Amino acid sequence: MESIKVSVYRYDPSSEKEGRFVDYEVPKEEGMVVLDAMKYIERHIDPSLSLRWNCMAGKCGSCSAEINHRPSLMCKTRVDSFKDGKIKVSPIAAYPLIKDLVTDVSQNWDLLKKIPKFTPREGLEKPWKISQVDIERSKEFKKCIECFLCQDVCHVIREHNSGYFGPRHVVKAASLDMHPLDALDRSEFMNKDAGLGYCNITKCCTEVCPEEIHITDNAIIPEKERAVNAEYDPIAIFVRSRRKGGGKR
Amino acid sequence: MSVMSSQYIKHETDVLIIGAGGAGMRAAIAAFDSGSSVTVLSKSLLGKAHTVMAEGGIAAALANVDPKDSWEVHFADTMEEGVYISNFRMAEILSKEAPERVRELEEYGALFDRTPEGTIMQRAFGAHTYRRLCHVGDRTGLEIIRTLEDQILHRDIKFFDEFYVTKLLKDGERVVGAIGIKLNTGDIHVFSSKAVIVSTGGCGRIYKVTSNSWESTGDGLGLAFEAGAELMDMEMIQFHPTGMVFPPGVKGLLVTEGVRGEGGILLNAQGERYMARYSPKKMELDARDIVARANYAEIMAGRGTAHGGVYLDITHRGADFIKRKLPSMYKQYMDFAGVDITKEKMEVAPTVHYQMGGIRVDPESTATNIPGLFASGEVASGLHGANRLGGNSLADILVFGKRSGEGASSYSKKISQGKIDDAAISAEIERVNSLVGRDGLNPYDLASRLEENMSENVGIIRNEENLRKALETIQELKDLSKKAAVHGGLKYNKGLLQVLELPSMLTAAEAIVRGAIERKESRGAHARSDYPKKDPAMRKNIIYTKGERGMRLEWREVPKIPDNLRKLIREEEY
Ligand SMILES: Cc1cc2nc3c(=O)[nH]c(=O)nc-3n(C[C@H](O)[C@H](O)[C@H](O)COP(=O)(O)OP(=O)(O)OC[C@H]3O[C@@H](n4cnc5c(N)ncnc54)[C@H](O)[C@@H]3O)c2cc1C
Ligand code: SF4
Ligand code: SF4
Ligand code: FES
Repeated sequence: MESIKVSVYRYDPSSEKEGRFVDYEVPKEEGMVVLDAMKYIERHIDPSLSLRWNCMAGKCGSCSAEINHRPSLMCKTRVDSFKDGKIKVSPIAAYPLIKDLVTDVSQNWDLLKKIPKFTPREGLEKPWKISQVDIERSKEFKKCIECFLCQDVCHVIREHNSGYFGPRHVVKAASLDMHPLDALDRSEFMNKDAGLGYCNITKCCTEVCPEEIHITDNAIIPEKERAVNAEYDPIAIFVRSRRKGGGKR
Repeated sequence: MSVMSSQYIKHETDVLIIGAGGAGMRAAIAAFDSGSSVTVLSKSLLGKAHTVMAEGGIAAALANVDPKDSWEVHFADTMEEGVYISNFRMAEILSKEAPERVRELEEYGALFDRTPEGTIMQRAFGAHTYRRLCHVGDRTGLEIIRTLEDQILHRDIKFFDEFYVTKLLKDGERVVGAIGIKLNTGDIHVFSSKAVIVSTGGCGRIYKVTSNSWESTGDGLGLAFEAGAELMDMEMIQFHPTGMVFPPGVKGLLVTEGVRGEGGILLNAQGERYMARYSPKKMELDARDIVARANYAEIMAGRGTAHGGVYLDITHRGADFIKRKLPSMYKQYMDFAGVDITKEKMEVAPTVHYQMGGIRVDPESTATNIPGLFASGEVASGLHGANRLGGNSLADILVFGKRSGEGASSYSKKISQGKIDDAAISAEIERVNSLVGRDGLNPYDLASRLEENMSENVGIIRNEENLRKALETIQELKDLSKKAAVHGGLKYNKGLLQVLELPSMLTAAEAIVRGAIERKESRGAHARSDYPKKDPAMRKNIIYTKGERGMRLEWREVPKIPDNLRKLIREEEY
């Protein structure tokens, strides 16, 4: 049977001095994805390999890793997409390592807590009426599966201790801001408290997003623009004026 | 409040919720809003629960699209699909309360697709009389999870994700907490709580081919059963007619009913459109169980494809149409199988989809028969009877999730913390530790044997001989699983989780098989080739309990339906 070689990063920071790549030979099957290879290793070679996956269908965002240095979902990356047959799998580098391919992404929950939640306008008549065209903008951002690959590729997060929340969180803020019935404007918060000013629109985040969200063009740039336009009046910052059409588009 | 001891970290909370799918999260919000302190535990990361995979939508009689719809019609549809063994009160509560839960979700920030008038859009689904499924494209589950996650993060609700519960703790008859492992550190934590809610989802993973995510190993069934809770209707397992069969990594992944809805036809390996033999009138669009059984029968008769499926063909609709109407299916086959469904046939086979049975609960509060223990979501039973309507599960997790949060909260206000027995904690810590750091049987091999056994012998068409064979294998695996162990420690050791999951998987499997043997008729999702007819004497529920000499089964009358509700449903025909 044909087989493939996969090089996998192994490291337990609580008991080992340093990490290393270990090569494994895995039988090749037609249509195989990288996650299949990892599961083979876990099942048949070394059950102590730590990895994270849930849905195997690109829907939950659990199986993020760097495959040949590119932030990817293991369950959506086909083994035969690498023509030279070389496959190197390492954990996403933006977060502290727990073990092997598993990183500690919990800081994202703390950041999400800080972004003001959906706050409907007051006095809306029930049941709410919203037209389909008005939900499309927010819908794009709501596709986010929280894989944090965009966070991984962002050089501001990787290299600078800037306090920038990162692209996932701008997408979150944008999904709330673009909600047609939301009363807040989070752009000032994103710029002043969430460090959006550090983003220099390199678009790397957009390139890796498995949900094909136009993170930079549709979320980051509009949030930046609105913040620049807003007056430095604390009320104007949070309570958006409800002119016809809203001030958010 | 947390206390460190040398061996474990101890916490106290009013309400402890095991599971952060739609049911667990909705319960957490309800318990918190009722004034209780709340802690949520989940096996995977927050926001990754199985619920994110749900596609089609949530059933609620809003009557936005079909003004004739009402809770009464939704009630009747649910009871009839459940083939008259559902709990009428649960069906009544669901159909009355689902619209409120949907609108509330909207107020939490969920954005449903809209009608031209701006109200929530509703789509048609199998066996619903009216268009009733509120949806967010084909990612309704993701929207529900993300919306509830937001609400949890903005409340003072404690959560421990990647936390695996290994045992419920008792004080006499009463459940008073739980113990488990925090995966990222390998630390043991003990939670003392006035009430515990189990919302751990289903057990699809005991089958080889399933649409379910990694987590669905029936943990909650095992935990509650061991603590003395009654299970019910376990023999009822829903198969979806079309799951992917290839490539291996996505075997079982759901292929939406929409493909057939848009004109997809089913063919066997000989190119025959066999539905003409099974259902000449409705063809591919007959009820899920009928199409699923037909697909299965073709494969079993040796007329399947090389990968063990049948063909689903939509190519005749043309590339433009397919890409417009079925964008995610197009992408799913392209990404995973490298198959262009505008040019090539899909290979599909029935896939295990949903567990109708589970922990028996009180319809009002979701209390189980064990004081202090509540259950909601897929792990609970009663609502769906012998078959579940599409869209009723998402409604279930919101409606009964909320009720269990409120039920547990109100119980917790009347009682003080129980006493947790130190010896029980020590014994459990010792047990867990004894499973790591040594040679033992490979737990994955044992799980594979179970999965194959279930898929082979306890499929959609059952018979005594195969069921007996399955039971024998389960008995053997129960013994072998005691010898399973893995190397490494407690920290992020998935092999250890597989060892710990085995007993619950085996409990679920044993209940399914014993119940399937006991039910000598065909009703809803339970079909027997040796008893192909429905039997009026078996219009009853099977209850499963832990007895001194193993699992006990008992027939119990279905709660009597009051006249005002009985009038709404058609009489059962035999
Ligand atoms: C592909 C697919 C599509 C579907 N589409 C629809 C649809 O369109 N409409 C519909 O109504 N239904 C649909 N369903 C069914 C529905 O999604 C599920 O029944 C429902 O989401 C179950 O929710 P839950 O909250 O009960 O459990 P789950 O979402 O399964 O959550 C279980 C939780 O329990 C936790 N857990 C489990 N064991 C432990 C343990 N030992 N310790 C700690 N935590 C634990 C897990 O981590 C998880 O957080 C679909 C199902 C699938 C698979
Ligand atoms: S565009 Fe901004 S957020 Fe995206 S990767 Fe570049 S710097 Fe980071
Ligand atoms: S925005 Fe895209 S890349 Fe970033 S977390 Fe969401 S899905 Fe992943
Ligand atoms: S396992 Fe869910 S996205 Fe890969």
